[in-house]
Amino acid sequence: MARKLPMHKAISEAIAQEMERDPEVFIMGEDIGTYGGIFSATTGLLQQFGVERVRDTPISESAFIGGALGAASKGMRPIVELMFVDFFGVAMDQIYNHIAKAHYMSGGNLRMPVVILTAIGGGYSDAAQHSQCLYGLFAHVPGLKIVIPSNAYDAKGLMISSIRDDNPVMYFFHKGLMGIGWMPSPPEAANEVPEEPYEIPLGKANILREGQDATVVTVSRSIYEALWAAEELNQEGVSIEVIDLRTLVPLDRDTVINSVKKTGRLLIVDEDYRSYGMSGEIISTVTESGVSLKFPPQRIAYPDIPVPYSRVLESFALPDKAKIKDRIKEMMR
Amino acid sequence: MEREEIRRDEFVSMYRLMFKIRTYEETLGQIYYEGKTPLFDISKGPIPGELHLSSGQEAAAVGVCINLRPDDAVVGTHRAHHFAIAKGVDLKKMTSEIFGKKTGLSKGKGGHMHLFDTNVNFSCSGIVGASFPQAVGVGIAAKMQGKDFVSIAVGGEGAANQGTFHESLNLAALWKLPVIFVIEDNAWAISVPKEKSTSISRNSERAKAYGIPGVYVDGNDVIGVYEVAREAVKRARAGEGPSLIEVKTYRFRGHFEGDPQLYRPKEDLEMAKQNDPILKLEEDLKGKNIITEEEISRIKEEIETEIKEVIEFARNSPYPEPQEALEDVFTGGD
Repeated sequence: MARKLPMHKAISEAIAQEMERDPEVFIMGEDIGTYGGIFSATTGLLQQFGVERVRDTPISESAFIGGALGAASKGMRPIVELMFVDFFGVAMDQIYNHIAKAHYMSGGNLRMPVVILTAIGGGYSDAAQHSQCLYGLFAHVPGLKIVIPSNAYDAKGLMISSIRDDNPVMYFFHKGLMGIGWMPSPPEAANEVPEEPYEIPLGKANILREGQDATVVTVSRSIYEALWAAEELNQEGVSIEVIDLRTLVPLDRDTVINSVKKTGRLLIVDEDYRSYGMSGEIISTVTESGVSLKFPPQRIAYPDIPVPYSRVLESFALPDKAKIKDRIKEMMR
Repeated sequence: MEREEIRRDEFVSMYRLMFKIRTYEETLGQIYYEGKTPLFDISKGPIPGELHLSSGQEAAAVGVCINLRPDDAVVGTHRAHHFAIAKGVDLKKMTSEIFGKKTGLSKGKGGHMHLFDTNVNFSCSGIVGASFPQAVGVGIAAKMQGKDFVSIAVGGEGAANQGTFHESLNLAALWKLPVIFVIEDNAWAISVPKEKSTSISRNSERAKAYGIPGVYVDGNDVIGVYEVAREAVKRARAGEGPSLIEVKTYRFRGHFEGDPQLYRPKEDLEMAKQNDPILKLEEDLKGKNIITEEEISRIKEEIETEIKEVIEFARNSPYPEPQEALEDVFTGGD
């Protein structure tokens, strides 16, 4: 039976079902127990599973994220929540030098079934240290799978796949998609979610809307801006294909290339910083494939500035429907 | 303490292991310079890259690890050969790894700072202070699985000034985890002496801040280290929580091979060598008639033969195929 769920409930349900299925799965993090997660991703878990398996930690990200590595080395399957991705700086060594590299450095002897759950995104004036996306930074480091759900259905299936994966997975949920009441969220992000557990394979992009004239490649909250733009452009006779990558590592290059083969136009929309990131990677992928383009590849990404506080400044920097429409129109000329 | 309780075979094992470590390190210390003379080039020779040897620090590793079982974990540092050997890491595979060979522990992907032997739960890392949280994680697993294995987090006295050390002590104490924090105070964090890096003279006193036992022990006395570690391991296995042990030791060689060591007075090293933990144990054992001169000679001969064999194995092993570099990023492919 499917019912409409907000994304945060889909995530906590996925974790709960995996914890029921597998006694090795447990979760640690700041305020994930009694509070249920600042963005409600772990609501109800403490009540269902108790303090041994749902561990509120001190504010010691290095200790508990490094702890996930140690526990995984003894056969556990830890999930840890890094409250905001912006906080990675205090624990990055354990993430990129250890969790990401342990399998490779051990010649494949040490498996790292660790999920790092973290909140991303701005749009609510939380400024430079609580609004970033940064998935491109982690996707750049070999050894981490990068999962970025955009809706409740995907969030559940991708979380179950992430927990069952024997590799380290970073799971980035956008605060502005969670449907938690006190944070605006597009209503479409809450969609039909089956009650039973299911997997969505990592590395499989989702074509959300088919179109003929241009391909828009994006992830996370920006997909709604793209879909809204596509709907309005459709009224104006322009047909847009919208691709939700769902995961950056592995990256479904084929789906992107095949779409651009058909449309001949490519626009990447990315709430992460512009330079050296996802948008450049997608453009390179398409360019290297030799697909012929009717217009040079384009991107609307976060400008290379720290996230500003004031509402007018932040809105100026964020990708949105209007910017997407304008750019597509330029590309159609 | 209860010295009489130590069995003869334990004494002999400790002596064997310490002599093995020293012989191994000094042998690598020679081979390292092959192909690197007359002009020192770190990238050349059968052992390229950095090499951090542990000569002088044998008692710290042996005194601790003699108390351990294969399912107990040791998370070591960039200078970890002594702990690896004392923990029972496969020495042929370890040596091959250090030589960058396909037969190595990690098929040549790790190198001497990244030794992983899952059979005996040993790992180490090139990042100072990284071991502490990981050992805490092993402790979490022990507790959750209801098992009585323990974990050892090793760090130098320099690492005790990292945030990870304090975060991990707090978390291990808070959750009463079976973790033993072992600080090897070898007096030098590369070129910076302890008194210029650390606000108190003994890191073991920092245990008080976390409400756990902290002991400072002479690292030239392997029996002393053994006894202190035995207590800590017993406590951990019994579910009584973590301990902190600081072992006063000294590294006989440079921070890495090729280190000109201009920072350290020659007399300090000479003095340390007069307190060589291996010679001290040897005299001790002979004095107490636990071991004879003949037995010592036989042990030395056996060890030297074994080290020769492992070196030969590593030298004669093939290198990996170059394209193997692309494998093992993810398990099950990507």
